[in-house]
Amino acid sequence: MIKRLTLILLLAGIGSLFAGLVMNYVADEELNLTASYYAEQTVEDLGAANIVTAIIVTYRGLDTLGEVTVLFLTAAIVGLVLARGKETAGEPQRQLPSPGELLTTGTRLLLPLILLFGAYVFSHGHLTPGGGFQGGAILASAMLLLLLSNPAKRFGHRLITLVESTAGLSFVFIGILGLLLAGGFLDNRILPIGAFGELFSAGAIPLIYTLVGLKVGAEFSSMLVSLSRTEEL
Amino acid sequence: MALIAMITGFLLILIGLYGALSNRNILRMIVAFSVANTGVNMVLVAVGYMKGRTAPILDEAVPVAEAASRIIDPVPQALVLTAIVIGVGVTALMLAYAYKLYEKKGSLDIARHTELKW
Repeated sequence: MIKRLTLILLLAGIGSLFAGLVMNYVADEELNLTASYYAEQTVEDLGAANIVTAIIVTYRGLDTLGEVTVLFLTAAIVGLVLARGKETAGEPQRQLPSPGELLTTGTRLLLPLILLFGAYVFSHGHLTPGGGFQGGAILASAMLLLLLSNPAKRFGHRLITLVESTAGLSFVFIGILGLLLAGGFLDNRILPIGAFGELFSAGAIPLIYTLVGLKVGAEFSSMLVSLSRTEEL
Repeated sequence: MALIAMITGFLLILIGLYGALSNRNILRMIVAFSVANTGVNMVLVAVGYMKGRTAPILDEAVPVAEAASRIIDPVPQALVLTAIVIGVGVTALMLAYAYKLYEKKGSLDIARHTELKW
């Protein structure tokens, strides 16, 4: 009882802090200095139509590299924590129920479409509201569908690891190329900026976001595979 | 509009905190943390919203010359994109540890896990 009372008092305190924030909140009428710089200079500097993408991939590209590293670490730790001995990695002990005709046929139909959509989302990240992280999550959802339709299937970690490490290495390599050929680390102007609004424009942004998409997709997939292996306990 | 989103976000944070602090089941705590995480993201996006403006994507509808007066603040959106991805990673880690704890003790009740209690 006393616990619940303390909890409610604590939440009331935090809530009143939040209420103060909301009451005194005045929405900006104009973009602040940083945001208006991004709004005015993005097209001229980088040639990307989607300003959020320009910020993530180029202006704050180093943060994205860090973010991808955090995801990599997460996938590695999930794999490490959930690692099982080789002897239990074989066939599951209990008989799993059949996933059903609808799910198996649906998977066969949907899988290429989902993969195509994921690739579309991450390769058009500089033009449309999408990007590497969203596209990677879509790729991983294809993996989730595969796991749902056939829970007993064992996916080799080798392909996932290969995709992930190649994409990560290329990402860093492009960053260093930017250091050598253009203005700085992860500068996208190592490739021509091209015509505004075209698929092959905005320098290296589509390339970097494709790599990020593949890497994120591989990392999410490896997390899903690790988590799905805990099923047969 | 932005105010509604902001209030909803703050309420979600409070609901998440309540859930995380009042539940004893680790899985429920993880769900509560995800709810609070969503609330934080909503508040951040709401802060970047500006009345009568559009998404920070330039095309025929939003020409480059008018960009600064037509688009909302892109910085919070970039921030939230990062936060969502990291949130997924954190949730996956929490789930993995919860599984490991269950394997050790056969229970997801936080009161049974007393190793770090003093």
